[in-house]
Amino acid sequence: MGDHHHGPAKGLTRWLFTTNHKDIGTMYLWFSFAMFLLGGFFAMIIRAELFQPGMQLIEPAFFNQMTTLHGLIMVFGAIMPSFVGLANWLIPMMIGAPDMALPRMNNWSFWILPPAFLLLASTLFMEGGAPAAGWTFYAPLSTTYAGPSVTYFIFCIHVLGLSSIMGSINIIATVMNMRAPGMTYMKMPLFVWTWLITAFLLVAVMPVLAGAVTMMLMDVHFGTSFFSAAGGGDPVLFQHIFWFFGHPEVYIIILPAFGVVSQIIPAFSRKPLFGYDSMVYATASIAFLSFIVWAHHMYTVGMPVAGELFFMYATMLIAVPTGVKVFNWISTMWRGALSFETPMLFSIGFIILFTIGGFTGLMLSIAPADFQYHDSYFVVAHFHYVMVAGAVFSMTAAIYFWLPKWCGRMYNETMGKTHFWISFIGFNLAFFPQHFVGLAGMPRRIPDYALQFADFNMMSSIGAFIYGASQILFLYNVIATIVAGDPVSDEKVWDGAEGLEWTLPTPAPYHTFETPPLVR
Amino acid sequence: MGFKAKRLSRLVLGPMLLFMSAIALATGGEASSVNMTPGVTELGRQIYDLHMIILWICIIIGVLVFGVMFYSIIFHRKSRGVTPATFHESTTVEIAWTVVPFFILIAMAVPATTTLLTLYDTDDAELDILITGYQWKWKYEYLNEEGENVSFFSNLSTPQGEVYNDEAKGEYYLLEVDEPLVLPVNTKVRFLVTANDVIHSWWVPSLAVKKDAIPGFINETWARPTEQGIYRGQCSELCGKSHGFMPIVVNVVSKEEYGQWLAAKQTEASDVKQLTSQDFTLDELMVRGESVYDMSCLACHGANGEGGVGNAIAGSSVATGDINTHLEIGINGVPGTAMQAFGGQLSDVDMAAVITYQRNAFGNNMGETLQPIDVYNYKEG
Repeated sequence: MGDHHHGPAKGLTRWLFTTNHKDIGTMYLWFSFAMFLLGGFFAMIIRAELFQPGMQLIEPAFFNQMTTLHGLIMVFGAIMPSFVGLANWLIPMMIGAPDMALPRMNNWSFWILPPAFLLLASTLFMEGGAPAAGWTFYAPLSTTYAGPSVTYFIFCIHVLGLSSIMGSINIIATVMNMRAPGMTYMKMPLFVWTWLITAFLLVAVMPVLAGAVTMMLMDVHFGTSFFSAAGGGDPVLFQHIFWFFGHPEVYIIILPAFGVVSQIIPAFSRKPLFGYDSMVYATASIAFLSFIVWAHHMYTVGMPVAGELFFMYATMLIAVPTGVKVFNWISTMWRGALSFETPMLFSIGFIILFTIGGFTGLMLSIAPADFQYHDSYFVVAHFHYVMVAGAVFSMTAAIYFWLPKWCGRMYNETMGKTHFWISFIGFNLAFFPQHFVGLAGMPRRIPDYALQFADFNMMSSIGAFIYGASQILFLYNVIATIVAGDPVSDEKVWDGAEGLEWTLPTPAPYHTFETPPLVR
Repeated sequence: MGFKAKRLSRLVLGPMLLFMSAIALATGGEASSVNMTPGVTELGRQIYDLHMIILWICIIIGVLVFGVMFYSIIFHRKSRGVTPATFHESTTVEIAWTVVPFFILIAMAVPATTTLLTLYDTDDAELDILITGYQWKWKYEYLNEEGENVSFFSNLSTPQGEVYNDEAKGEYYLLEVDEPLVLPVNTKVRFLVTANDVIHSWWVPSLAVKKDAIPGFINETWARPTEQGIYRGQCSELCGKSHGFMPIVVNVVSKEEYGQWLAAKQTEASDVKQLTSQDFTLDELMVRGESVYDMSCLACHGANGEGGVGNAIAGSSVATGDINTHLEIGINGVPGTAMQAFGGQLSDVDMAAVITYQRNAFGNNMGETLQPIDVYNYKEG
């Protein structure tokens, strides 16, 4: 390294003014982990109240605030920013670029996030409490019948949308313009591909969400009636707009997770990814389908039967490209030389649990049966299998996989494996029984329940506490690695890892690929 | 290293086997604690069969896919000294696993479509019932072409003491109401579902009915229960603070018994109407008013009128001020707040009683009465 190369600035200004993709990625990751712990803490309160029938610890109104904030913070504060952080760290290193295309905007898209969540969390201390209409905030419960906090919440959503859109534009610009010579689209690592498609989804649907909350704002403060039948509006219109955003949103969460797993499985199978092309096409098909299936979240609102049939068929179709992905991962493992380090364990856990979530998703797509599943705990179980065991497991795998590359130190493998097994057992104990209580008739979002649901709810709470506690081990392991892990200097870190990021020195220097590498 | 694979497979297959055995157990009985109930309607049984078919298809595919995966995990381990293969595509296989699932989906879509069409067929109903969701109770109105409609509210009857663990919980904790919906057996009933405030959803698993109650719109659904009995359900759309406390109880009885019940309700309704023209003493109104207060006002205004979600009634300027303003708020509510319009919810007698009660209880001691005829006249303008 020559003299003109400079390292990071010192002190707080390094973080405030940084335009370095690695610094910004790091901030995104730490911020999202903090939000993960906060959202998780709310989940612990929920599960503690549901440990036994009867109201024990909190009041029903506060329970609703907890479910609402848990959902909002996990989706918008934990999962989405964590993958943006990962994208920041990895996309330039994977495509051979020196940094993101729009580094100053990158700084801004991160720094508007913490104030937005501070605003959201502060509503807990307002008179009337935090928003309590669920993370889906259906009108008119979230408008006419909401407390004053709804205005803060709307502003928070606007800021988050701004952050996501700027982040996505940056990713699109980077991937399209800054690939190293020879890095054609069909040579890009799958993580880059899934993020490129995700970024397009975000740019398409975040404005729709912004529109929905703006209409809420108008209804609350300016006397319009978008969502009130009394003034010529329609409460169901809200749901259509929300889910037109909301369904692509769940793929926004899961597509980067697919990308991560598609990097890790080949590395520990010591064999190239099976069906790279079909993986790309499947991702694109899933993204396309995500725009035409939104109303499967609303089978019971009273749509005409023709609409109901259309959304059912379109939803069922998603099983095809999703199936292709699962088959490809398993074929990648087939006749490989497998080893089971922590990232691989989390990736295998991802495949199994995500597939179970996919099966229940297929069941939910069957409209007539959904009339029994809808808004029951079966749905809660389903989306936690895809969100937690899907997105969070793959994110965890990603941290274990790339952390040694980033900081040049190896995490404690035994502790990592312990973390996996405790997570895996805790997660399944928490969420598998929820399928049963849901099928047996327990509605979601209730603070108290009938006695026949008691046993499974207690199991579920115990599992949730175990899963929650395992995250402390994760935090400890990550900090211990950064501070005092065994140094690694091998460029590849993992013998089976492939890709440009593994050609860089370990730990990855502050500035990388100032001269683009040549990809053959 | 072999023991690790075993441990892995046991832990992963464990939940699946548990699920499968639970399902196997559940198929025998009626209401199950681990599976969907077939319920007591033909449609419910169709939905249940559909659910089981899809579940088994998923389980079989799951066993095959995970089977291949675990074979790989056990036999293609680096620790066994295998050399990794290098293949990374196969057009034939890839086309196969795109096309085959497509046909499986078509096979699923056929019964799903027929069941959905049945579910939407609300024609030829013998009885129409208007269901209105309120925060946080249900109102049932039997629409009747000849004569009076019968209508009543159905409130949670589980005491607060059970909820807050001061008393032992009863068998039907949170699933019991003061007045259930009564339906005749073997009769196609059409439910017209709507809401007064926010969105609710009327769900009775045993009748295989779930329909969102949307303010300003009326949704239709139906059921034809074939067995007598009591069936329980709950509101399934988040509707605010007491969403978990607005259960549904349906009592399916013989047609004869239903006829008697309906006649009795009609007499009751005309009796209440007659009461409107009577004069009541303060004591009579206070007794009736207290029970109305406990059912309709207490949740927000407190057991001693001390307030809560709503304003305090004890010493309030409304309850100790102009009686017409007080009545106006009772009848039309306060728009934009949680104070509902009770004019359509309470009979004139109950309204007169509860206003009188509020003005004389909790130390308000206004010493005046409001008569049902005053309420009637006020409403008529």
